[in-house]
Amino acid sequence: MSRSPYLSSAPSVSVIMVKVMLALIPAIAAYVWVYGAGILVTLALASATALTAEALMLKLRNRPIKPFLMDGSALLTAWLLALSLPPLAPWWLVVVGTLFAIVIAKHLYGGLGYNPFNPAMVGYAVLLISFPVIMTHWPAPLELAQAKLSFAEQYQFIFGASLPNGVQVDAISMATPLDYLKTQLTLHHQVQDITTASQFGAFGAKGGELVVWAYLLGGLYLLQQRLITWHLPTAFLGALALMAGAFYLVDANHFASPVFHLFTGASMLGAFFIITDPVSGPTTPKGKLIFAVGIAVLTYLIRVYGGYPDGVAFSVLLMNMCVPLIDAWTQPRVFGHSK
Amino acid sequence: MNALLNIVHQVKNSFGLSANNTVRGGVHPAEHKQESTTLTIGSLALSKRLVLPLRQHVGHLPKVLVTVGQHVLKGQLLAEAEGNISAAIHAPTSGVVLAIEDALIPHPSGLPDQCIVLESDGQDTWGERVAIDWRHLDQPTLLAALRNSGIVGLGGAAFPTQIKLRTNPKVQIKTLVVNAAECEPYITCDDMLMRERAADILKGVEIAQYLLGAEECLIGIEDNKPEAAEAMRQACANSAVKNLQVIVVPTQYPSGDARQLIRLLTGMEVPNDKRSTDVGVQCFNVATLLALHRYFDFGEPALSRVVTITGNVSTPRNYEVLFGTPVTDLIAAAGGALDQTDDYIMGGPMMGFSLPSVDVPITKAANCIIASAPQLFAPPPPAMPCIRCARCADVCPVSLQPQELYWFSKSSNLEKARDYKLFDCIECGCCTYACPSNIPLVQYYRFAKSEIIAQDRAKEAADLARERNEFRLMRIEREKQERAQKHAQKAVGAQTEAAKEVLAVSANPEADAAKKAAIAAAIERAKAQKAAAAPQNIDKVEPAVQAEIAKIDARRDAAKQAVQAQLFESDPQDNK
Ligand code: SF4
Ligand code: SF4
Repeated sequence: MSRSPYLSSAPSVSVIMVKVMLALIPAIAAYVWVYGAGILVTLALASATALTAEALMLKLRNRPIKPFLMDGSALLTAWLLALSLPPLAPWWLVVVGTLFAIVIAKHLYGGLGYNPFNPAMVGYAVLLISFPVIMTHWPAPLELAQAKLSFAEQYQFIFGASLPNGVQVDAISMATPLDYLKTQLTLHHQVQDITTASQFGAFGAKGGELVVWAYLLGGLYLLQQRLITWHLPTAFLGALALMAGAFYLVDANHFASPVFHLFTGASMLGAFFIITDPVSGPTTPKGKLIFAVGIAVLTYLIRVYGGYPDGVAFSVLLMNMCVPLIDAWTQPRVFGHSK
Repeated sequence: MNALLNIVHQVKNSFGLSANNTVRGGVHPAEHKQESTTLTIGSLALSKRLVLPLRQHVGHLPKVLVTVGQHVLKGQLLAEAEGNISAAIHAPTSGVVLAIEDALIPHPSGLPDQCIVLESDGQDTWGERVAIDWRHLDQPTLLAALRNSGIVGLGGAAFPTQIKLRTNPKVQIKTLVVNAAECEPYITCDDMLMRERAADILKGVEIAQYLLGAEECLIGIEDNKPEAAEAMRQACANSAVKNLQVIVVPTQYPSGDARQLIRLLTGMEVPNDKRSTDVGVQCFNVATLLALHRYFDFGEPALSRVVTITGNVSTPRNYEVLFGTPVTDLIAAAGGALDQTDDYIMGGPMMGFSLPSVDVPITKAANCIIASAPQLFAPPPPAMPCIRCARCADVCPVSLQPQELYWFSKSSNLEKARDYKLFDCIECGCCTYACPSNIPLVQYYRFAKSEIIAQDRAKEAADLARERNEFRLMRIEREKQERAQKHAQKAVGAQTEAAKEVLAVSANPEADAAKKAAIAAAIERAKAQKAAAAPQNIDKVEPAVQAEIAKIDARRDAAKQAVQAQLFESDPQDNK
């Protein structure tokens, strides 16, 4: 019987997932540095929820539990969602979002490999639509916050305890730069003036910048390990920069610089970790370029003209819908065929 | 700097811009060629019993010329080529024909096939050997002579060589490509052949070049065989032949695929629906060229080949082995298999297959035997669902989308699979090699291909049956009308009671005939339906084709089982 090839080189799916999670470690460290250790609680919460939901769904669907739990995909989804949520988000928000991602976006579509939409982004989008206020309320970086919470206080806050005596919610949170920029622009301020506000840093958000650099670092590791190809991040960041650059050149008073767009919101996280989800993305090289450019354009438009401060999640989901078409249109030329 | 070049290369590849002579796709598994190249090509003691399958090549079975009990001499023709594409079989040594019977042969199907069993007399007495003065003969004469040389492609494809030398008069062959890439891991027979017999190989090149009328010859060798490349360069320098060039290509499986190698060496891509000769190129393996030299210059037909025995054996090495020698003797010569050997692979680890038994003989296609053990080739872990990571697509040398093909094959969407160019798949195994979900992709493709072939055949048979049936119905209709006409005439003419009686009597047999025809038509219809339902309308085809079909069916079953065995995966579709 012919079972060739007898050799295999590939890292297993779980090795891939573990490496991607490894690539997220610098960003998590940066998070802890900038916003406090509360993010670890969120991560743990999301992970536990994801694993439980995954195991339960596998059981319900009569699938072997161990190999699928071990593949790490549920854990990665949980991490990506947790990193997209505002740090210090209440516990139930994390749980609901994760459940949605794993149960609805993943398993009801057939489980690993069959989900047409990026599960983490489905979870995020559902939360954003359902709880817009909480979802757009980010804590201020510790260096800017008027009141600094200890880890224990952050922990209690996540689980619903009220803030320590005398501390108002406003004292620990502030609008994100993208959000602030948007509201200030509607008040007819100019970009140059707006970005002098304290939450703006050298490139993007004060404090948040550090996390962005960490994502970039992790992303480069993924490229170096050949876990992702250059197509998606390059096309996404390039198109976003080009688009922002064009608007910026036309009217620098009303449009933020390309650098700002690259360094705020979910740009960097999206470029390397979100849009690179293989299952819900296109597979052909040209398709990847189209997909990434589409997400970049949509993200920019939503940021500038849409109702939400950031647009990565919605753009990803919109482009996910186009994947079958993109793949069908961008089939590479097969050897020996003229087209 | 290298990293930068690499990125540029990747970018170019994504846009299909890379130059034609760069590697596209492919993989580079651990080579394991070192083990079997430390010793020179050895010779094997004569085996007592040689089993010569009639089918050692692609094409028709040859016609047996000897009878049981007959004494034959070494090199004597045992079976002659029959039909257009066929190859002869010769006696590898002198001895007595013991039997002509079905025996196990090295074939993925594991089915027995017709063989000539020869008992050697130990004398190894040559029959008549006549060298052919090819320089002074014309092409048709030489091709006719080649017909019974028994030479087939020794790279593993086993296609009769005389067919490949018979060129299309409309296209001038410009380039002879010598396939010395030997890209599969473990296999080293061509490597050793070049190191030791480079000059003889070039003599074969000269003959092939003469027969093809090719003006240049490009010899493609992977860069992991520097000794062989050096030997060939030396030989080229000393050769009288002009326009010889050794080209070293990067070690990247499957550069030894003929079309891939042609592109690497000439920059030309052979169109999928054409042969390489249509674009002026023909490709031969080094061992085949050596066989040509032995045949024309010494009158020796194809009797032996160099085989690599490696893997989990005590002394991996290459041996010159007579066809028909049992694999066991080869294993014994290599010091026997080591502990834990659980399987024997014929061919390389990427495209080879497991032998049904070590009693099978070495055939013309057998370039390598690998003793397999779990520590060499671990059984694949259970398959997981496809995560669409496209690693398979990145390594596919023909730029297919293996993940799409997998999806279509698995859901039996065979038309779609065909649309996505399933039949351009060369079954190289790169995709499976690279798949992190351990999906036996190639098995799915083999399965889907044979399903499609079976369906096409069933459809042809059904169409034929339908045509026949329609024709029959037409005839019945016509006969009915003719009878009705006769009736009418008779009715008009008949006035008497007696005449009416006659009519009544004569009407009966007619009714019977019509009834019979209807029954026959129904039976025919039922048959046709059955044929359409199960592709087994094979009772009228010739035995050779029947055997072919049986093999394909067996292959299909095997593939099906393999696929099922390896999957506990998984998706909702599976449960239907
Ligand atoms: S390599 Fe395997 S998992 Fe990845 S796309 Fe191909 S078939 Fe799917
Ligand atoms: S086996 Fe077929 S699909 Fe897979 S890499 Fe080889 S040619 Fe491509």
